[in-house]
This record gives sequence, C-alpha cells and structure tokens, in this order.
Amino acid sequence: MLSTYTYPRYAYRRPVELDAPHAKRRHPVVVVGAGPVGLAAAIDLAQRGQQVVLLDDDNTVSVGSRGLCYAKRTLEILDRLGCGDAVVAQGVTWNVGRTFHGEEEVFHFNLQPEPDHCRPGMVNLQQYHLEQCLVERAQSLPNLDLRWQNKVLAVTPQDDGATVEVDTADGRYTLHADWLVVADGARSPIRRQMGLDMAGRVFQDRFLIVDVVLKEPMFAEGKAERWFWFDPPFHPGQSVLLHREADNVWRIDFQLGWDADPEAEKQPDRVLPRIRAMLGAERDFELEWVSVYTFQCRRMQRFRHGRVLFAGDAAHQVSPFGARGANSGMQDSDNLAWKLKMVLDRLAPESLLDSYDAERVAAADENLLNSTRSTDFITPKSAVSKDFRNAVLTLAGEHAFARALVNSGRLSVPTHLLDSPLNTADSEPFAGTLHPGAPLADAPVLHQGLESWLLRHVGGPFVLLVFEADTQSVRAAVAAAAASTVPLQILLVSLGAGNAPAGCTRIVDHKGRVQQRLDARPGTAYLLRPDQHVVARWRRIDAAAVQAALQRATASDP
Amino acid sequence: MSTLNTQPNFSAPGVTPLHAYMPGDQFYEQLIHSHQGLSDEQSRLVNARLILLLANHIGDLAVLQQALAAARAGVAPKETST
Repeated sequence: MLSTYTYPRYAYRRPVELDAPHAKRRHPVVVVGAGPVGLAAAIDLAQRGQQVVLLDDDNTVSVGSRGLCYAKRTLEILDRLGCGDAVVAQGVTWNVGRTFHGEEEVFHFNLQPEPDHCRPGMVNLQQYHLEQCLVERAQSLPNLDLRWQNKVLAVTPQDDGATVEVDTADGRYTLHADWLVVADGARSPIRRQMGLDMAGRVFQDRFLIVDVVLKEPMFAEGKAERWFWFDPPFHPGQSVLLHREADNVWRIDFQLGWDADPEAEKQPDRVLPRIRAMLGAERDFELEWVSVYTFQCRRMQRFRHGRVLFAGDAAHQVSPFGARGANSGMQDSDNLAWKLKMVLDRLAPESLLDSYDAERVAAADENLLNSTRSTDFITPKSAVSKDFRNAVLTLAGEHAFARALVNSGRLSVPTHLLDSPLNTADSEPFAGTLHPGAPLADAPVLHQGLESWLLRHVGGPFVLLVFEADTQSVRAAVAAAAASTVPLQILLVSLGAGNAPAGCTRIVDHKGRVQQRLDARPGTAYLLRPDQHVVARWRRIDAAAVQAALQRATASDP
Repeated sequence: MSTLNTQPNFSAPGVTPLHAYMPGDQFYEQLIHSHQGLSDEQSRLVNARLILLLANHIGDLAVLQQALAAARAGVAPKETST
C-alpha cells in the first residue's frame, strides 16, 4: 500500500525515577495517553504554568487516519493551544454536507451559514497530522515532560492521588501523582484495571473504512464536501460516506452489515472492486489504509473517581456518524484543564472537579443521544424501522419536513452547559442562544488597530467582558476585578478606538458582530470561564454580583 | 381550503431547540421506540392504528385528502391512484 505520510519516531529517554527509585518525588499531574485528548490536556495545563508528566506506551502518532473531522469548536480550542493555524493550513476545510438516496440528493446542510467567524464548520485532517502538531507544541513547553514508550501497568488510587506503575525498556518504576488524568483511549487499560464499567449499546453492524489516494481529485483543489449515500447504485442496500482528507487522500466508509467477515473484507480482492464500482473503472487510485470497524455508544457512569479523572474515548464512545468522538474529547480536556489548575493552585476547592464530571457527563449524553439516533436511522434494526427510514427518504425529494428528518449524522457542535452548577441564572432577558453555559460565539474585532478575533482575547483567566458605556461602567469593572479572589481580566468592547484604561484590554467591535451575537447594550457584561464558556451576564455591572458569580463558577460559594 | 403542512413542524411547547433538527429527531426516535419488541405483524397494526389516531386528530377532510395523495405519489403508477 502507498503511504503519503512518514511516521515520526519519538525518542525514548530513560526516566529519572529508575536511577533514584527511593526518592519519593510527587508529581502534581500525570496524564496517561498521548492521543489528541491527552496531549491537549497536558498542553493546556502546561500553558497555564503547571508541571505535567505525559505518558504514552508508543513512540509515534496514531497509526491510520482514524479521527478525521475536527469541528469549529475543536479548532477554537486548538487556537488556544497554539495549534489552530497549523491544523487549518494542513487540513481540508468544509461546511456543506450532501445526502443522497440512490443517485438523488435528498438533503444538504451548511455547518457555517453565517459570515464573520474565524474558523469554519469543519476541517478534515488525518489524526496522525493532528497528533504531530500537538506533539510538536508539547515538546516546545519546558514544563511538559512527555515520556514515550512508558507503559502504565497499574494504577492504585489513593485519597490524595494515585500511584502509577510504569514499564520501560530499562525496567519498571513508580510515579506518585497528586492527580491522574486518564486519556488512554476506548479500550482504556486503566479503566479496566480499576474495574469501572461502561454502560450503553453495541451496534450490530460493520463498516469498511478505506483511505485511497486519487491521482485526480474529485472536487476542485481545496474544495470539499461531505457526501453520504443511502442505497447507492454502486453499493446497493447499504450506506456509503465520502470525505476528503489532506494530501489528496480520500476516506470512504462502506456499510457492510453484521454478517460480513471482517478479515476477508480487508483484503484487496474485496476492497478494490467496491472502490472501482464507486469511483468508476477509469479513475486511478491507490489504497493507503484499510480497516473494518464496529462501534458502541456508551459511557462510564462517572468521569471523576476521586483523584483519577477520565477523558475522551476512555470515558465515552459514540458512533462515528457525527464526528462526536475526538471533538467531544477535546471539549473534555478544555473543560478539565483550567479546573484542575485552579484546584492545584488552591484557588478553588476539589469539588470544582465534580463540575467536570457533571458537565461532561451531560455532554456525553447529548453526544450519545445524537449519535445513537443517527445510527438507528443509518442502520435500521427492524423491518418497520427500515420502512420508516425509506419513507423519509422517498418523501425527502419533495417535502421539506422529510428532508429535516434525514439523519446521516448530526455533526459535532459544542455542548451548551445549560444545567451546570457553575452558572448564575440570568436576572434580565437576553435574546439569542448565549445563555450561561454556552461557549462564547466568535466575532471579528480590532485590537490595537489590527484585525483580530474575540476568542483570541478570552481563554486565560476568567474574563469580565464589558460593553463600554460610560466611565462609571469601567470603574465598576475595575472594582470587581480588584475585589476578586481569583484572577479576573477585564476586556472592554468599544465601538471606537482609544487607549485602554489601566488593567484592561480594549477591543473594537468594528463590524458590530460582538454586540449582535451577545445581544449587548452599553453596560452589558459577560463573565467568561477560562474555557470560553459564558457563566453569568448582566445588563449592568455590580461588583458584588460579579464576585458571587465568580465564587459560584469556582465551586466556592460560601 | 386548508393546506397540508409539509414544512418542518415538530416542536415542544415552550422549548426553543438549539438546533433545528432536534424536535424532529426526537419524534423519530419515539416513533421507532414505539415498535420495540413487536413482531412485523404487530408493527403493521400499530402503524395502522397510529394513522387512524392522527387522521382523526387532523379531522379536516381536505387536508387528509392531500396527505393521502402525497403519501401515494411516486409509490404507485399515477393512473391507478384515486
């Protein structure tokens, strides 16, 4: 098979613990698993000034393209981690998905129907490219100790941390961690070793996944869409999904049914005719990667087990239709890192991490719900279920209501943490969807006369975003920040340029999109978490109300 | 004359969905769930009963006539339709 990618080999280094086995040095945070989620968590913590050890049992990135579609919210998280530009530049941007029944298009969607967002709805990029970007970023952070070929053998949870037995080529050693972040993937050896169950559904269907390199691209250079077929003439009775990847690699998923023999289906004599039937006999291609997968929709009951925190596929698994796997894992990491850092810095009680569990379990349930619904539509389990599916598809050409029911995957969107215990409820009405718990919408702004984006100015400490009214509103914001027990940054949004008052950053809402998306009036203020989620908002700043909301947002209510 | 509504129309009172597809997906899930554990024959009976219940709720014969025609369109040859 062809390979468009050369796997990097990362160097193993002898861990210091092997030469000082009795020195019982404690590590504040150990992260297990250098996949996208573990890397993101370690980078986020390190960027926040935390010393982190990241363990991985391999010495390279993900083998095979695997996770492919990275949603807008993930790109925004990657921006904060210093990898957004590299991922977007390497990847294939797309916003439009088309669904066909037979040869007829029955439905299409646009993930980014409105202008003035920095990031597109989705970028396709092979998982190995994403991981390589993240590894390079991790290696640039001096306080991130990334240890390749360090395999975790056993974890023993304790009241004040966990001991981690690690195996290397040079022998075994023990790490003492105050906090352990487990991102060791869907098969999570640590989850199994701790005897923690996953509850959910196994779907009785198999899918063939093929990466092919095309000599001639199917779409114009740089252009891409997601195409999904129900019952196409080249693969009757089943579904097919097509995605463009980077390097002119194309991902094709063929539904095979439960009776298919996974080993036989991976052989070129079975795979090649399927691709020729789809692409036409005259199109030149080469195989790059072939796999057969099944999937489950399930999650752990809890993601926090004392000082051990589970994230990503280790904690929850969804069907691939909707790109909700890696994208939800990145939101786990985004949610966890700032909370863990605040707890480590004694700026918040340990119970703040219960909100990681509450918020991300709710998010997992939303992802499971959507991916299960899509899967039930794509692979009907009974004759009547198939009847309804086909009824929807045959009505969809003519009737709008049926088009809305065509479900080939509801693509990953960030979870709005509306029921979070950290939120302060609105006391005055706001239009739109940026309720407490929602991730802040991006918008174009000017900063020091240069074009910038709103989200670039949010994501360090808590931010009090204030729509400038009079000097009184600025004074109130400054007073709120001065009274705050946790670091609070003030971000002034103004209509015209001017120097920022001391201690504030000023951005200019030159297109009016910030005001529009936040339903703001002069004096309106939003309190934003370090993960860019809205946690409280007011029409006028009151320092005491800001302080109360900050305490609530850090689980520090009196 | 009343017209059959074929625009997306599922909703839950007082709930503004974050994504337009949500109420429709919820109905579809409930519809499939209502057949769980039934034989094909039982499912056909449930479907027939469901059609009658919904038809009575709609009541308006003009609307029902349009729905009957829309359901049949493209399934059977035109000349045999009534």
